[in-house]
Order: sequence, then C-alpha cells, then structure tokens
Amino acid sequence: MIENTNIFTRAQVHGPADYGTPLAKGDFDRIGTPIKSYWMGKIGDAQIGPIYLGAFGIASLLCGFIAIQIIGLNMWASVGWDPIEFVRQLPWLALEPPPPEYGLSLPPLNEGGWWLMAGFFLTASIFLWWIRVYRRARAHGLGTHVAWAFMAAIWLYLVLGFIRPIAMGSWSEAVPFGIFPHLDWTAAFSIRYGNLFYNPFHMLSIAFLYGSVLLFAMHGGTVMATSRFGAEREIEQAFDRGTAFERGALFWRWTMGFCANAESIHRWAWWFAVLTPLTGGIGILLTGTVVENWYLWGIQHGLVPPYPNSGVVDPASLPVPGGGQ
Amino acid sequence: MKIVFWFGGVAALILTGFMLFTAGWERPPIESAQTGFRGTGMVEINNPRVDPPRLEAQLAQVPDMSPLPPDTPGPSAGDIYQNVQVLGDLSVVRFNRVMQSMASWIYPEQGCAGCHNLNNLADDSKYQYRVARRMIQMTQTVNSQWASHVGATGVTCYTCHRGQAVPQYTWFNADPANTAADGLTGWRNGQNRATEQVGLTSMPEDPFTEQLEDSGQIRVIGDTALPMPGEVGTSIQTTEQTYALMMHMSTSLNVTCTYCHNSRNFGSWDQSTPQRVTSWYGIQMAQNLNTEYVAPLSSELPPHRLGPTGEGQKINCETCHQGVNKPLGGLQMAEQYPSLLGPSGGTQVSSLSDQDVEAALAAVELSDTE
Repeated sequence: MIENTNIFTRAQVHGPADYGTPLAKGDFDRIGTPIKSYWMGKIGDAQIGPIYLGAFGIASLLCGFIAIQIIGLNMWASVGWDPIEFVRQLPWLALEPPPPEYGLSLPPLNEGGWWLMAGFFLTASIFLWWIRVYRRARAHGLGTHVAWAFMAAIWLYLVLGFIRPIAMGSWSEAVPFGIFPHLDWTAAFSIRYGNLFYNPFHMLSIAFLYGSVLLFAMHGGTVMATSRFGAEREIEQAFDRGTAFERGALFWRWTMGFCANAESIHRWAWWFAVLTPLTGGIGILLTGTVVENWYLWGIQHGLVPPYPNSGVVDPASLPVPGGGQ
Repeated sequence: MKIVFWFGGVAALILTGFMLFTAGWERPPIESAQTGFRGTGMVEINNPRVDPPRLEAQLAQVPDMSPLPPDTPGPSAGDIYQNVQVLGDLSVVRFNRVMQSMASWIYPEQGCAGCHNLNNLADDSKYQYRVARRMIQMTQTVNSQWASHVGATGVTCYTCHRGQAVPQYTWFNADPANTAADGLTGWRNGQNRATEQVGLTSMPEDPFTEQLEDSGQIRVIGDTALPMPGEVGTSIQTTEQTYALMMHMSTSLNVTCTYCHNSRNFGSWDQSTPQRVTSWYGIQMAQNLNTEYVAPLSSELPPHRLGPTGEGQKINCETCHQGVNKPLGGLQMAEQYPSLLGPSGGTQVSSLSDQDVEAALAAVELSDTE
C-alpha cells in the first residue's frame, strides 16, 4: 500500500490526557476537558485542549470582537444592510480612515470615527494578546522569543496605522480595513511615493522575507528528509554520530560547504522572520516623511540603472498657443 | 517521484480554484511585442483569438458610406432649407448625404424621425435635434482643435454612436449619496464596490467627475526626491482617484500600463512612450468636451436621460475607444465627411498638432546630451 510520508504525522500517541503543569497562584483555570482527535493528530497533536485564556486573553478576545464588529457592521451598513450584497461584495468592502481634511483631529463617527475606534480596539486586542503570549512563556519557564517575534509584526502594524499617520499629520494616510481596499492602498502608496522597490528598507524586508521562505524550506525539507532516521527527536540526536541530525548536517556541509547546527538554524530562521517586518516598518516610516519619491532618491544615490531617454517630453511643459487646453 | 505528484496535484487544484472563482482568464499563447527598453516589461500584449475578432466585429457593423459627391456650385443647404444653424454652407447634395449618414450612424431604425418632426423638418422642438446640432459642433471641434489626440484620422458621429442613439459607453456623475457621510454608519467615500469602469478594483467608482470634467492635472507622484518643507503632499485618496482613472483608460483601450508608462516610475516622461502624450491630450480633450459641449446639454434632456445629479451622460475614453487602442482600428471615416472636420470658412488650429509635438520632441533629442 502506498504510504504518504510528507504531509501527515506518521505515528500518533494516544494515552491519558495531559493536563499540563500546575497553575500559579492567582491564575485562572484552564478551560475545557481535553479530547483526542485522530484527524487533528494527523497534522499536529491529537489532544485538543485545555486552553488557558486568563484575564488578558479574555480582554483581548473582547476587544478583538468589538473591533471586528465595528468593521463588519460598517461594511454591512455600506451595502444598505443587504445580506446578499454583503457576501457578494465582501472582498471589496472596507472601513475607511478619515478623509485628509480632518488631519489628526477627531473626525465625525461616520467619516473615520469608526475607523479610529476599530483601530483602537484592534490595537488593544493585539497588545493584550501579546501580554498573554509573554506571560504564558514566563509561566512555563520559557524564553520570550515568540513574544518578541510577535512584537516585530506589531511594529509594522503600528507604523502603517498609527506612527506614520501621526508623523504625516493625517489619519487619512493610514490603511483601510478591508480585503481589496488595503491592497489597493498598498499599490497606490507605492506609486504615490515613486515606487517602493527603490526603498532600501523595502529591499531588506523582501530579502528577509524570501530568506525566511528559503530557510523554512531548507529546514523543513532537511527534517522531513531525515525523519526515517528519527530526526524529530532533536535532543538525543544532536550529540550522536550517524543519527538523522548528523546526516542532515553533513548533507548541507557537502552541498554548500557550511552547515547550521540544531541550535543555530532556529536563530537564523527567527532573525530572518523578525527582521522582515522590522526593516519593512522602517521603510514605510521613512516614506513620505523623509523621502518623497524613492525613484528620484534612488537616482541621486546611484541606485537606479540609467535607461535610454525615450525622447518624450511632458506636454504640460510645452508652451501652448492661446494658453488653453 | 511521489512528492512531484503531490506538488503537481496541489498546484492544479489551486489554479483550478482560481479559474473557477475569478474572471477574465485567457488561455495562452498570448502575443507580445517589445515597445520599450529591454528588461522593462514594456510590451504590447495581443491575444490573437480575442483582440482581432473584437475589432473585426466592430468594423463589420460600420454602415456603407456613399462616395463623397463633388462640391457642386449652386444654392447651399442654408439657402434652401430653413433653420439650418450648422453645415448650412454645404451644397444640398453633400448636406443631405451627411443627414443620411447621421441617420444610419445614430438612428438606423427610426431614421430621420429620430431627430426630426417629419411634417416639418425645420422644427427643432425635439430635444434630439438640438442635441445633434451641438454634437456636430463638438465633432468639428474635435477634428479641428484636437489633432493632438485624434490625429489625422479624426472622428465622426459613428466613432461613439455605433448605430445607437445614445453611445453605449458613457458615465453619469455619481450619486452624492455614495460619498455622503449621513447617518451613523456605512460611509464608504465613493469607493469599495466591484466597479467595472475602474477594472473591478475597490478604488473610487467615479474617477470621472473630478478628472474628466473639472480639473486640470491629475498628477499625484512626488516630483522631488525629498519632501518640500511646508508642502502638503497628495493624499492616498487622491492617488487612488488617478489610479482608478488609469484603470479605466487601460480597460477602455485594452492596453496595459506599459503601453504608455515605464512602470518603474510612472511619472517620468523621458521613460514613457509617445502614446502617453497622445493620451495626455485625450484627458485634456475629454475635460474640455464634457465642460463645453456635453454637460451644458443636460438642460435640453428629458428627465429619463438624466443621472442622479440631474445631469446627462458624459464621455470618457471608452465612449470612443470601446476596447481598441485606436477607435475602429484607425478607420478613415472623417475624411469622407469634410464638413465634420471643422466649421466652414477654415479654422485656426490653436492647440498643438502632431507636427508641433514632433518638432518639440526633435528639439529635446538634439539638446539631450546623454
């Protein structure tokens, strides 16, 4: 019989439910009685629950719920509360930031006020969740690497919707909440500021993004390729010769002369992932505040390859007889 | 080998899903011709199974034209007929030929009765008559003043009308309710709808009121490397207005951005193709025609011809182009109707002609030391 070894977990352990370590004093209870799922076990751990929400988790979900309600109900209102149109147009719908004339002042509720409010609750929700991620790591005696990686993403989010709009003096610079509208915003943003591809921090962000993808594929591929030798048991593998780990390391050493080790590969991956939004956020923050046109900036700094002049001139710069048209 | 099949299967599944749930897919091969510097992606794209048949279908609809009769001396139409305010200096034969052509271009079913009271052809009480008179003047203006856009080909009534009393592709000023922020919820700033006229994007659905009727320049890209102190730059919202108009132009002409622009910097003229100059004049022309000719006719129109703002339909790029970069493939119709090329008595061409533009281009090339 054909057995797939690439997508699903090959061996599942089903035993008594694991309830986790004892809770600290003052913690909320973990919620839910654990269940075992064969199918979830195919892609992860077969045990579902319990979950620890705690005060910050509950507050975060509440704020997130409020934000999604403000966004969703405004979208629905924008199609006249028509449920069919709401579903049909959903990818096009959005909650828009205030128009430019309001600057950083408090706009009317229906002209960006809801947007500010949704942004407030979404940001509150994200930060409360971040606190939860941090505290759960501490409660289990872990490092806080996941929390700080999350913070890198929050940095980019804050630059787009909060820090840069304040630096520009207008909430209208921020991104709308909507599927296609935020993509159209992205395209318009790049064009408005002379092509973001000439922004060095955008370049770095792309390099780290693609680098993350590459590292992820290399690491995942190596582990899967050595799984027949038990590569998933990393700890006991790391010190013994001839194990899955050593085979994986030798594969890369012989392929490209250098190999990461079981510890450093994860540092590589973590830093690449974290630097993607970190550099991207810097690039966005500089756009419009410090640099007006990245293409022209690139010309000044020898970044733009010169192409032949097409000989076309701006017709608006030509003298027009009669001054019309 | 197995992993190859898994990858292939997943890829096929995703592509099939995309094709089922998104529109506008065309199968390869697609022809492309390089129009700009290598590596810039500046190509004209042509689907040999879709694009030529579209033009052929349009050309097949063009009514037969009777040959232009010699301009015989004798009484002019204005001498013979009453209430002839335009084309009155034509010979009767030529005048009647224009009238017949207009009937076949605009009212192939009703014929003369589309505009005229058949009991009294001089009676201009039908609004269609008064509109047609103004439209003839507009056609003459286009051909005499806007060679910068229409070149030597020019336009006739048929360029837009195509056998219909009202051209198929027009626009109304958007309902103010679309941008109004009345009530407590649901303000959408006149955008965020799947709008065909702006390429099914969520960008402003009426980029025409502000850009093809009212204002002058539509430029939004910063023209200095660094921000100028004290200057407030163009907003993202205004940028999307221009972007939406560009989507309209692209779909109207069935061309991509790189037909005119080098997309590495949309704003720079010295990287653009000459088509962008033609297109620039087209925007000025549409603004001028909507303001001078089309919008003022709203007062003549009956209520059922008016849009949500109480104004009639207006023109944009698609009105003439209809999915072809040169309307009707550049068919020479106007030269068969000299009276439509300009008001009689000869006109001074006050705007830039092709020759002016070419001369200017040549001058720049000479001075260009790069």
